[in-house]
Amino acid sequence: MTDTTTAQAAPKRSLTKTLELDTRLLGMIGAFAAVCIVFNLMTGGQFLTPRNIFNLTIQTVSVAIMATGMVFVIVTRHIDLSVGSVLATCSAIMAMTQTVVLPEGLGLGLGHPLTPWLTIIVGVIAGAVIGGFHGWLVGYMGIPAFIVTLGGLLVWRNIAWYITNGQTIGPLDPTFQNFGGIGGTLGSTGSWIVAALATAAAVAALFSARRNKVAHGQTPKPLWAELTMSGIIAAAIFGFVGILNAYQVPERVLERDFAARGETMPDGFTAAYGLPISVLLLAAIAIAMTVIAKRTRLGRYIFATGGNPDAAALSGIDTRFLTVKVFAIMGVLCALSAVVASARLSFHSNDIGTLDELRVIAAAVIGGTALAGGIGTIHGAILGALIMQSLQSGMAMVGVDAPFQNIVVGAVLVLAVLIDIIYRKRTGG
Amino acid sequence: MTPLVEMKDISIAFGGVQAVNRVSIDLYPGEVVGLLGHNGAGKSTLIKILSGAYKADSGEIRVDGKPVSITSPRDARAAGIETIYQTLALADNLDATANLFLGREIVTGTGMLNDAKMEAETRKIMARLNPNFRKLQEPVSALSGGQRQSVAIARAVYFNARILIMDEPTAALGVHETKMVADLIQELKAQGLGIFLISHDTREMMELCDRVSVMKNGELIATERVEDVTEDDILSMIIMGKKPEKAA
Repeated sequence: MTDTTTAQAAPKRSLTKTLELDTRLLGMIGAFAAVCIVFNLMTGGQFLTPRNIFNLTIQTVSVAIMATGMVFVIVTRHIDLSVGSVLATCSAIMAMTQTVVLPEGLGLGLGHPLTPWLTIIVGVIAGAVIGGFHGWLVGYMGIPAFIVTLGGLLVWRNIAWYITNGQTIGPLDPTFQNFGGIGGTLGSTGSWIVAALATAAAVAALFSARRNKVAHGQTPKPLWAELTMSGIIAAAIFGFVGILNAYQVPERVLERDFAARGETMPDGFTAAYGLPISVLLLAAIAIAMTVIAKRTRLGRYIFATGGNPDAAALSGIDTRFLTVKVFAIMGVLCALSAVVASARLSFHSNDIGTLDELRVIAAAVIGGTALAGGIGTIHGAILGALIMQSLQSGMAMVGVDAPFQNIVVGAVLVLAVLIDIIYRKRTGG
Repeated sequence: MTPLVEMKDISIAFGGVQAVNRVSIDLYPGEVVGLLGHNGAGKSTLIKILSGAYKADSGEIRVDGKPVSITSPRDARAAGIETIYQTLALADNLDATANLFLGREIVTGTGMLNDAKMEAETRKIMARLNPNFRKLQEPVSALSGGQRQSVAIARAVYFNARILIMDEPTAALGVHETKMVADLIQELKAQGLGIFLISHDTREMMELCDRVSVMKNGELIATERVEDVTEDDILSMIIMGKKPEKAA
């Protein structure tokens, strides 16, 4: 038996390897930066203003939330074409719950403090049941996910229509609307506090992982690498919050708010929007989904099943029930997206979520999820959603005609998959 | 001595095809029993019944003399039966550690995966089985056939299997790696494990096995001690489906 420890004094490693950075992720960040810079030049600096970045952020949230779930679905070698329609059904159920069922049916009246929370619970349960049902059809009945969810695309879109008789339902509960974006933000001070807490938590997580490695006799990465990563994380979080905090609430909006409270605005009073609650929701979901993917048995089994379904089954993993769980998670995330999407509009409309399946699948795939299964990351999917949204809103700002916008988005999706295939061939991954 | 495993009168049919027809085999501790036969003779099917991948239509399985019910791979593992498949049942996208512990992960008090602990354990067992093995953190798709096979074998050894099923363990391997697996089989045998070995290579079987069972068209032709038969006898059993005439 040879001494394995000495052999681990590894040869010189590249900087990205020492930092344990994903080169693929760096490529995507580069692509995103390029998109931003090009649009910023074409719009004469209008693209990278705090206002536009704020808008871009809140427009991305709904698709990004669903994209995190689509990662699990695609990793297990399935697909979900019904997410936009499931979103619509959940939105319709929640709209009816908060405007009709709770106030009239249960006699809570309008504006009851419990209304938004009960509504969200009802919506999430609906999403879980719909998703779980899809998963049951796929896992236990053996119907391909493509067919189940293609049918679902039509079925749930029209169940949403039936529930609301095709009407627009609104206005939604004021507290519920806080999840939408511009209506619910933390303000400047609150945002800085969240940034500080988030940074502290991220750095603590980095170093706790390091301690665990050392405790089991593994060589951790050098301390400077750990500190560099901490610095990058802190800069990213504070930079992002700083930009959002730079977006001032327009004076007339502030005046209106003061007037509504029967006060007059003091001279020179300013306030920033800060972090939208919807972005916090996305961050929480992203962390939860990443923890599931990387640190739990469920996530390990999802990736194992995607890599080799037979091996997973022979290892004693119940792959059929796993399919139900994966689709149920997707359903729950559709419901949460429905909260954000309908709250942002302040009403439920019949066409909510239309074509979202395309955006969500594109986000996941652009974000590095392999359609062959087994490979994908949550942060990649969110970045993918951001790239898609940037393209779309950038083109709108530049004044590209609507048909050309859609043509570009469709072409980018196909191109992204091509680049992905070439990349994987080169790296053997 | 009680056999480690007894499979009695096992039958299974798929559609109209009787894949295994009233076959009985057994296995003693520290023994290697080879299963031989053409493709479609029923060897793999028989062994998949023992590993829980298929459920027999009729027949009985006993482990240590006690009847057991094996309806899933989980049941088989609980009975101490581990299988190393022909197709190397590994998830290619995961690393060696994740594969070794697949389905039996070590978790922390909060139910999270304890990757550092699992990696340390993998390092220990691999140092014993294959000292040259270093690629613990790369997906197993980046490993050679021999390295992948050693991950599969490590999985069986780590969890203290008493009965090992090896389906063509050397089919995908080079000469050197085949030797390594053969040495490993001898070592596991010395530790008192019982091993079912499936292979097409009659000569290899003569070297590694204590007894061989030959199957044809779903039926057991015969089980013989290797010292009682020649390679030609075995070949004629495989091809003709006949027991060798005992030469005087």
